[in-house]
Amino acid sequence: MKESLGTTGLILNEPLLWEKGRRGRSGFSQPRRDVDSRPLDKGLTLDELDLPDLSEVDIVRHYTRLSQWNFGVDTGMYPLGSCTMKYNPKINEKQARVPGFAAAHPLLPPVVSQGALKLMHALERFLAEITGMDAVSLQPAAGAQGELTGMLLIHAFHKSKGMRRSKIIVPDTAHGTNPSSAALCGYSPVPVRSNEQGMLSAEAVAGVMDEDTAGIMVTNPNTLGLFEENIREIAEIVHAKGGLVYGDGANMNAVMGIADMGRAGVDVLHLNLHKTFSTPHGGGGPGSGPVCVKTKLEPYLPVPRVTEEKGRYILSEDFPESIGKVHAFYGNFGVMVKAYSYIRSMGAENLKRASQLAVLNANYMKEMLKGTFHLAYDRPCMHECVFSDKFQHPYKILTLDMAKRLMDYGFHPPTVYFPLVVDGAIMIEPTETESKEDLDLFVEACKAIANEAQQDPERLRQAPQKCKVRRLDETAAARHPCLAG
Amino acid sequence: MRYLPHTADEIAAMLEVIGKNSLDELFSTVPEDCRYQGNLNLPEPISEWELNELMSGLSATMGVSPEYKVFIGAGSYEHFIPESVSFLLTRSEFVTSYTPYQPELSQGTLQAMYEYQTLTARLLGMEVANASLYDGASALAEALLMAIRTTRKNRVALSSLIHPLYRRVVQTYLGPTGYDLIELPRLENGTTDLSLLEDLDNLAAVAVQSPNFYGCIEDLEAVGERAHAKDALFIASFTEPLAYGLLKNPGSQGADIVCGEGQSLGIPQSFGGPGLGMFASRMKYVRGMPGRLVGQTTDLNGKRGFVLTLATREQHIRREKATSNICTNNSLCALAAAMYMASLGGRGMRELALLNHDKSEYLKEELRKAGFTISFETPTFNEFVVECPTDFHRTYEHLLAKKIVAGLSLEPYYPELAHHYLLCATETKSKEDMDALVREVIS
Repeated sequence: MKESLGTTGLILNEPLLWEKGRRGRSGFSQPRRDVDSRPLDKGLTLDELDLPDLSEVDIVRHYTRLSQWNFGVDTGMYPLGSCTMKYNPKINEKQARVPGFAAAHPLLPPVVSQGALKLMHALERFLAEITGMDAVSLQPAAGAQGELTGMLLIHAFHKSKGMRRSKIIVPDTAHGTNPSSAALCGYSPVPVRSNEQGMLSAEAVAGVMDEDTAGIMVTNPNTLGLFEENIREIAEIVHAKGGLVYGDGANMNAVMGIADMGRAGVDVLHLNLHKTFSTPHGGGGPGSGPVCVKTKLEPYLPVPRVTEEKGRYILSEDFPESIGKVHAFYGNFGVMVKAYSYIRSMGAENLKRASQLAVLNANYMKEMLKGTFHLAYDRPCMHECVFSDKFQHPYKILTLDMAKRLMDYGFHPPTVYFPLVVDGAIMIEPTETESKEDLDLFVEACKAIANEAQQDPERLRQAPQKCKVRRLDETAAARHPCLAG
Repeated sequence: MRYLPHTADEIAAMLEVIGKNSLDELFSTVPEDCRYQGNLNLPEPISEWELNELMSGLSATMGVSPEYKVFIGAGSYEHFIPESVSFLLTRSEFVTSYTPYQPELSQGTLQAMYEYQTLTARLLGMEVANASLYDGASALAEALLMAIRTTRKNRVALSSLIHPLYRRVVQTYLGPTGYDLIELPRLENGTTDLSLLEDLDNLAAVAVQSPNFYGCIEDLEAVGERAHAKDALFIASFTEPLAYGLLKNPGSQGADIVCGEGQSLGIPQSFGGPGLGMFASRMKYVRGMPGRLVGQTTDLNGKRGFVLTLATREQHIRREKATSNICTNNSLCALAAAMYMASLGGRGMRELALLNHDKSEYLKEELRKAGFTISFETPTFNEFVVECPTDFHRTYEHLLAKKIVAGLSLEPYYPELAHHYLLCATETKSKEDMDALVREVIS
């Protein structure tokens, strides 16, 4: 293969903050004291706060060094399945930082917060348009909170009809957040298995759907990267028994401008702005998980809602059937600014193009690697494809070994061991922002690794060799938790 | 489009490998009756330069510092943020990485989160802190759910002086499962009346915020004693963590779980989010905690490293039996908070907290001198309640026209407190700013 991306750079060691501080240093410019001191009662105050004392230079070097031990989308290809690690445009970061937005207090009178309200109102309309739904709440702070909100809406809907249902259908291909979000509403999840094509069948759903079941949670495209082709029929079965269809839109990046979730029979859907709409994941967040609903669920959306009258925007609490609030204020506004900026920069045509190219990249990856790794379901995929380590079993090489070895080749590994329905799953989501030459380099690395698995398996078991640390003892970490220094 | 790298030739070559004739053909598995009809109705794409102009226009309508002097706190606080923190926070290795599932490529985030957990635990006087939740409100809801799970009891008591919007989030989270929520009234002095607790049984938790929504410092030790006498967990909530640079921390006063909003620690206000849900507890409850935890371990060579740990509590392993449904949290905001705490250090944070206290005391005194009534005499941190004349809303509008936002009217939250305003003065308000406010309100 061509020269590998992976190499060893100049990576410096760096101690923990408190191993570094020296008493008497400070990294903060204390504001001028222009008022007298008014001591508090001694009984109320602390003697000493034990935080390390560092200079500004100490701080800057500390975090610069730490950052260099991290791999991000800006470093290289990050094909983490189900996570949509696409490029995060820099201009969007700038917009979230403009003082008018970044310094705005959430309880400012509406007359001095029109810009933020207008942006939120417009973003709601954009997301409704993209999903084919009628109304949107931007309040949920992340996908899992969007799911919880969706479940609360379904719960409120049934309650308003004087019904209390106790179950919800969750397919075995669902994200783990689905059953745990449902449980918060007191619903017990009823599992249904996907069929041999990786699809949810209408018969399987009909077999479990009854009038004590609140609805179904469907991820579409599902976590195998396949479009649930029976979605409309499934929705009809669920609706016929008075249930509702929840769509997990975590994988919406595959179908913007292509599928209409409203037409497909979905009643409520959450989006992840930090996946589909290009906002960065920040090493774990913040995200944003708007919920999009059909008209029948709109009365229950969280408050306050942004409403417009003659070009003036206000935050209205006047929705008596609302489920209430899921966030102290309006959700992660800073993330909304970035998503709004992305949609304005892309427009309709480029959003659709992004989905087409995301699906092109995944199908290309599937074709190029299907002799190298075992392909779990050989069907046309959407934005991601799922392999397994079956071909490597004779050499006693596992998915984990290959994932770790990919690091030495300069790639972030794909998602591994998920979805649970595929043993030793390797879930690859390249996203649309990876070029063909980067995909080819990744494919070459995978082929080289599969070859090493046969020729030199020990090398894989010893990987990674080029990172800041070697494989870490996760068992010891859990057995004897050391969670603070 | 500059974010999409594919050339026409590459697309053609890739389609050939896949065996399709066009991009549209890739979607053959999407049934006709699920297809989007027509094209998305969205505005035409704009250039980077047009976007700058658009956003500068929208953001210019906002009432923000330095043009506006905003005297509102109430769960979102204006503090100076060191440029070093803002600058470091744009390092794209931090910004563009995912949750650190692959520790060998994520040691930066992992060590930083371990440090954040440690500094948070020290600030709050607790043994263990998680790697963040969404915000102060959902952190309180999660704390209550954790107490219910831990004690296997289903009634919780909340102070009515906990941020009213947090209490509404709690109601939303706990509503469908039918847990019993009791509200503790307030005393004349602006702190929580605990007498109701006497007659309550089956109590999982008592939750009190300090400084409370009126800015008043609660007697947490007394709350802890009353809660523990009922075998309930004591949850201490907060909206202003800077206060614990100066005040006795909740851990030293018997709190079992401490949770709140960390926005004050170097995070921009951003119209209310993203902020930072801070969450800490005693070590004995750690296996019931929500959210991610980073732990220290060693690698194959015996070298120190960090990993996500105790994952068996979490949704991706435990599914419907998980301690929480949270997956994505507010990691980058936790990173900002760690950088901010490290920049201030213990003594710097105390000095800044003192300054916040003293600024608001100055404003309080000046308003008192001007004839206003300070509603509660209990010591406060950087905000307090003032009773204003019945026509003050007119003065408020007049001040707004002069680009001064004179606090928050409490009437929507506490109807009995009509004409009462919650005012906040942090280190960002100079003596002149405060004098100008007082001058304007009496003129």
